[in-house]
Amino acid sequence: MTDIQEVTVDDLKHLVSERAIKGETMLLNMGPQHPSTHGVLRLLLELDGEIVINCIPDVGFLHTGVEKNMEAKTYQKAEVMCDRLDYLNTVGNNLAYSLAVEKLIDLDVPVRAQAIRVILTELQRYASHLVWLGTSALDLAAMSMFLYCFREREQILDILELCSGQRMMTTYIRPGGLWRDVPVEFEAAVRAILKTFPRRIDQYEALLTRNPLMLDRTLGIGKLTAEQCLNTGVTGPMLRASGVKWDLRKAQPYSGYEQYDFEIPTRTEGDVYARYLVRLEEMRQALRIVEQALNKLPMGPVRSSNYKFVPPPRSEIGVSMEALIHHFKLWTEGFNAPAGSVYSAVESPRGELGVYLESDGGPKPYRIHWRTPSFDNLQAMPLMTGGVLVADLIAIIGSVDIVLGDVDR
Amino acid sequence: MDKNLQPIVEKLEKELGATATEYRGDVSLSVPAEKITAACQAVHGLGFELLSAMTAVDYWPQETPRFHVVYEFTSVSMNLRLCLRTPVPGVSPTLPTISGIYRNANWRERELWDMFGIKFAGHPDLRRILMPADWEGHPLRKDYPLGYEEPQFTFNFEEINLRKPYAKE
Repeated sequence: MTDIQEVTVDDLKHLVSERAIKGETMLLNMGPQHPSTHGVLRLLLELDGEIVINCIPDVGFLHTGVEKNMEAKTYQKAEVMCDRLDYLNTVGNNLAYSLAVEKLIDLDVPVRAQAIRVILTELQRYASHLVWLGTSALDLAAMSMFLYCFREREQILDILELCSGQRMMTTYIRPGGLWRDVPVEFEAAVRAILKTFPRRIDQYEALLTRNPLMLDRTLGIGKLTAEQCLNTGVTGPMLRASGVKWDLRKAQPYSGYEQYDFEIPTRTEGDVYARYLVRLEEMRQALRIVEQALNKLPMGPVRSSNYKFVPPPRSEIGVSMEALIHHFKLWTEGFNAPAGSVYSAVESPRGELGVYLESDGGPKPYRIHWRTPSFDNLQAMPLMTGGVLVADLIAIIGSVDIVLGDVDR
Repeated sequence: MDKNLQPIVEKLEKELGATATEYRGDVSLSVPAEKITAACQAVHGLGFELLSAMTAVDYWPQETPRFHVVYEFTSVSMNLRLCLRTPVPGVSPTLPTISGIYRNANWRERELWDMFGIKFAGHPDLRRILMPADWEGHPLRKDYPLGYEEPQFTFNFEEINLRKPYAKE
C-alpha cells in the first residue's frame, strides 16, 4: 500500500500558537473515533496541561458527495439522497427539498398534506432533540438519560414506520405532497404520544435541570454572544440561547406554520445550560404544534393534482390512459423544471436548513447546494473553547448538537 | 419585491453597477468580481448579519465565464433575504475572501476551493475541507466524472491501486 498523506503540524502551523511549534504545549488528536464527538469529527487540540488553548475542527470524514449525486438524478430520484444528510432529521430534509422543488416549479400542496408535514417534522424535531438530550447527558455521565430518551424516540420512529414503512429514511414527504395518506392508526398513535410525553419531559427536568452536577458542568461554559453567533452563521437553538429570537417557522412561515400558536423560547446567557433549556422548551412547543395540527387536520387529497409534476394515484392508472402516460413519463424521464434558481430554507432542529436549487430547464437539478446548519455551528467551536478544560470541551460539543452527516454531506 | 428590500436593492444597484433579477420572489444581484468585497461590506453594513449560504455553479462548457459564485444573505433584524452572484472565469479562478466580514465564510470558501477549485485571495487557511488532503481534482466541477470506486480487498489491493485515478491510500 502507498503511504497515506497525513496532515502534519507543519501544515497547520498558521493555526496553532508559537508555543506549540516550540513544543511547550501539547497537540492532541481527539477523534475521529471518539464516543464524545457524536460521529466522526476530529478535533486537533492544543493543550497547556488540562486547558484547551486552541481547538481546530477537522471535518469531511463522512463526505459522500450527496450534491454531486443529486445532480445526476431526476428530481424524484434525487430525493432519497437527502434523507442521508442529517440522519436525525430525515423528514425535515425531505421537507426542505420538497419545498425547494415546489418553489422552483411553482407547485401547489393540498392543505391536508401540509398539516401532516407539520405533524411529522415536529415529531422528528422532538426525536432529534431526544437524541441530543440523551447523548449530551451521557457525555456528562448521566447514564440513565440516554436509556429514557431512546425509549421515547422509538415511539416516534414507530409512527414514521407506520406512515412510510421505514423508521428513519422515510422519503415520505414528496414534491407536491406526500407519498400517500396516513393510515387510520396514525391519529391514535400520535394521541398516545401527546398524552405521555409532557410528563416525560418533566421527568427529564427532574433528573437534570436542578442537578448540581449538571449545573457545575454547564453553567457559564461555552459562551457565545449574539453578535458572534450571527457573524459565524450559527442558527437554531444555539442562536436563540444567545438571545436572538429568530426562528424561520415564525419569521418566514412555510407549510402553514402561521396557523399554529407556539412560542419561540429564548435565553440570554448563551452558555451550554441555556442551550439545554431552550431545546427542552422547544420539545414542549413541538408537542403543542402537533396537537393543534392534529385537532384540525383537514380531510382531502394529500398530493397535488398537477400530473405534469406529480405522479397520479395508482387507482387512476388502471382506468385512465392519460394517468398511465403521466405515470410512465414521470418515472422514466422525470419532469422538466423551468430554468431559474431558488433558495428555500426551513428550521431544522439544528438551525437554518437551506436548499439552493438551480435548474437549466432539464429533468435533473443543474446545481443543488445544501446549506446545512451543523456546518456553520461547528465553526463556532474555536470561539467557545478558548481557555476551557478538556472536560468542558465535551460538554460544549454536546451542546452544539452536531450531526456529522449534516456537516460533511 | 418586498417594500423594505426595494430601497436596499436600488442603492446597491447604483453604488455597484449591479443588476437585479427576481425569480419566484428571490431577489438576486449580479455583481462584477472586482467589486465583491465592497458589495459584501455594503450588504453587511445594510443590516444583513448572516451569511446563510455560499456556493458556486459551474456552467462548463456552455458559458463563459465558467463559474458563478452565489452568496445568500439573511437579515435577522429586517427579516429579508438577498442573493449576490458574481461571475468568475474558468482559468485560474480567484476571488477576494470575505472571511474578514463574515466569519463563517472561512469554511464556506474552503469548501468552494475543495469542490470547485476557486481560490480566495487573502484567505487565512485555504486547505481542502471535505475531501482528503491529497485528493486530485475538484469534484463538483461539471467536467469531473461521476464515477464509482472499485472495492479493494487484500488480494487485489495493489492491482486496483495501480489503475485508480484518485484517492490512493
